[in-house]
Amino acid sequence: MSTQVKVKNRLSSTVQSLKPSGIRRFFDLAASMEGVISLGVGEPDFVTPWRMREASISSLERGHTAYTSNAGMLPLRVEIQKYLEERFSVSYHPETEILVTVGASEAIDIALRAILDPGDEVLVVEPCYVSYEPVIRLAGGVPVFLKTTMENQFKLTPQELETHITERTKAIIFCYPNNPTGGTMTAEEWKTLLPIIEKHDLMVISDEIYAELTYGRMHDSIAALPGMKDRTILISGFSKAFAMTGWRLGYVCASPDLLAGMLKIHQYTMLCAPTMAQMAALEALRHGRSDMERMIESYRQRRNYVVDGFRHIGLTCHEPDGAFYAFPSVASTGLSSAEFAEKLLMEEKVAVVPGDVFGESGKGHIRCSYATSMEQLKKALERMERLMGRLS
Amino acid sequence: MDRLKQRELLHLLEEDSRMSAEQIGKMIGEPTEVVEQTIAALEAEKVIVKYPALVNWERVDDHPYVNAMIDVKVTPKRDVGFDEVAERICRFPEVKAVYLMSGASYDLSIILEGKTMKEVATFVSQKLSTLDSVVSTATHFILKRYKHDGVELEDRDEDHRMVVTP
Repeated sequence: MSTQVKVKNRLSSTVQSLKPSGIRRFFDLAASMEGVISLGVGEPDFVTPWRMREASISSLERGHTAYTSNAGMLPLRVEIQKYLEERFSVSYHPETEILVTVGASEAIDIALRAILDPGDEVLVVEPCYVSYEPVIRLAGGVPVFLKTTMENQFKLTPQELETHITERTKAIIFCYPNNPTGGTMTAEEWKTLLPIIEKHDLMVISDEIYAELTYGRMHDSIAALPGMKDRTILISGFSKAFAMTGWRLGYVCASPDLLAGMLKIHQYTMLCAPTMAQMAALEALRHGRSDMERMIESYRQRRNYVVDGFRHIGLTCHEPDGAFYAFPSVASTGLSSAEFAEKLLMEEKVAVVPGDVFGESGKGHIRCSYATSMEQLKKALERMERLMGRLS
Repeated sequence: MDRLKQRELLHLLEEDSRMSAEQIGKMIGEPTEVVEQTIAALEAEKVIVKYPALVNWERVDDHPYVNAMIDVKVTPKRDVGFDEVAERICRFPEVKAVYLMSGASYDLSIILEGKTMKEVATFVSQKLSTLDSVVSTATHFILKRYKHDGVELEDRDEDHRMVVTP
């Protein structure tokens, strides 16, 4: 037996059972080609606004290079509290209910690890961010998927929720505004789910990383609804709204007991989020609102443009109310998501992500990010139109 | 079109004045005809004054030019203040901008474009300094433009994001 095999066997059975990311193969293919227009990018096309970069540089010049409190700098937590209250009418105490994390990804991980016992089931609203399933499994949980459809604007319905609840169901996790569909939920729609959540005493993990990126209306946080704060773990961060992906800075808000549990995991693993990133985030919340608004306006204009474009070339596409993704259906072409995406890449050099990597509900769709320049979007639509012409 | 959308339209045109009415319409959610009518009205009202191209002439080898900023001290005149002399200076085609300044040791700031330094010097000594109200001038030549009209003229980095990400 070779050494390589022996080492592989030392991996835990959970890790061995995890599937590699469905995006990976596609990424390798796209990256190896010249002249590719990418609509596959899940991050803003803006560089972090200068004021945040400058705040971070300035903090380094002043020698702010030490650890911060495990929970994050208190002034930053105070700003997060003010921001959440002002923008989304949710109120958390900065000292006991807010924890600054290394990106929203860490927040999702510690939230699941803090509440799950082996075998606990977690409901996952599909299509969903690719990390939810593996992170649930790594925390010992069992993911159970709830489907949403384009006909229903990718909203979670009470029927779908209730059908999948069992004795072992501990929590539900979702991301609204949604990656990859751009679907959102209104307060009225949340309210139809609350009786079921309460009846079955479910924990709610609400990933609100795209909360600022809504078009035409404000984001409704489930945590703001009556009786929901104590059973909700609210997760957000700076990556999307403030174009700060590489800074790895997020936060999680929950009732004090839950937060204390998460803090234990955080302090034994991450210790604290990077100081210079926290300094930049502080500046973002204090003075970065206009930068954010400028970016949101630009996403909205591009959203309008691409959705119109997809419909024009014959792809059915619901109008996404949030995030920066459109999720058109390619079912009319007779091709699967992966086949369509591969054909589009190989024949027209446009990279999109096949919808089924985000779960079963994504089958027959492709995720197209419009966080890219108008010039690129225009070219991409022209190329897609050419492909559609050949397929019809 | 409501005021918010009108503002949005102006921002888009300011960013790229070659954008078609159809494209703008799609982006802001208005019919093409409404965009065309609004643009026409904004032009008539002189809200939209001009559609200039921002050219980085330093990249055009065979187009020698010199930019200078000139601080001008003038004696204001009764009833017309600084306006008369400013308007007179505006008429010279080589003058690209004229501003009345506060808080400076001079009154007017002029941006001038000429083909050579000699041409600029000639303008200052023979045309500007000889005006009745002009008391003194100080000429500063612009050596390099890094940012102009809100646009950085140096090359920006290419998109460095991964082609496909979660």
